[in-house]
Amino acid sequence: MEKRLQGVRWCVGLLGISAVLLFISVYPIPSLLQWQSPFLSRCFFILMVCFALCLVRLMRGLTPADRAVAVDTLGILIVGFCAILSIPTGRDWYIDIAIAWALQSFIGALALAKYLEGRGFDE
Amino acid sequence: MSEIIGYIFIIIGLAFDIFGCIGLIRLPDVYNRLQATTKCVTLGTCSILFGTIVLKGVSATGIKAFLCIVFLLLTSPVAAHALSRGAHISGVKLWDKSVCDQYADDKRGKA
Repeated sequence: MEKRLQGVRWCVGLLGISAVLLFISVYPIPSLLQWQSPFLSRCFFILMVCFALCLVRLMRGLTPADRAVAVDTLGILIVGFCAILSIPTGRDWYIDIAIAWALQSFIGALALAKYLEGRGFDE
Repeated sequence: MSEIIGYIFIIIGLAFDIFGCIGLIRLPDVYNRLQATTKCVTLGTCSILFGTIVLKGVSATGIKAFLCIVFLLLTSPVAAHALSRGAHISGVKLWDKSVCDQYADDKRGKA
C-alpha cells in the first residue's frame, strides 16, 4: 500500500513538471519587458521554475544542511539569471553583478559550513 | 551561425539546471541532493555563461563571463565539499539504503 502511494506521488510530480515545461515552451509569451526575443523570455520562465523548486526545498528541508544546500544552489542559479539578462539588454554590468553574487555565495556557503560544524568563525 | 551555437549552449545549461533542481526536490538524502546540485552548478551555469561568450564574442561582456566561469569552477567544489563535511560533522544521518560511509570509518580509526 505504501509503495503504491509512492508510485502515485511520483507520477503526479512527473506530470506536473512536464506540464509546466510544456506550457512554457508552447504558450505564446508576448515578449517580456518589450524585448524582441521571446526565446530568452521563455528561458527566464524556466529559471523561475528552478527558483520555485529551490524555495520549496528551502521551506520543507528536514535538516539545516538541506536548507544550506538550497541557499547555495539558489545563489548559483542567480548567476545564470544575470548572465541571461545581459544578452537582450546589452548591458555588461549585469555580469559584474553575477561575479559579485558568486563571490558572496561562496563566502556564505563557507560560513554556513562552519556553522554546521559547530565552530566559531575565527577558529 | 554563432547565435545558433550560443542558444544551443544556453538550452543545455537550462536543461542541467532544471534536472539539478528536480534532483534537489526528489532525492532522499542531503548528500545525494548535494551531488545533484553540484552538476547543476558546473554544467548548467557554466554552460549558460559559455553561451553568453559565444553570443557576445570578445567584448566586455564576453571577457567578464570568462572570468566568472573560472571563478565558479574554482570555488563551487570547495563550497560543496565544505557543506558536505559540515553536514557529516553536525550529525545528519545517511539514507538507510546507503552502502558505505568511509568518512565515518576514518574518524573511528583515528579515535
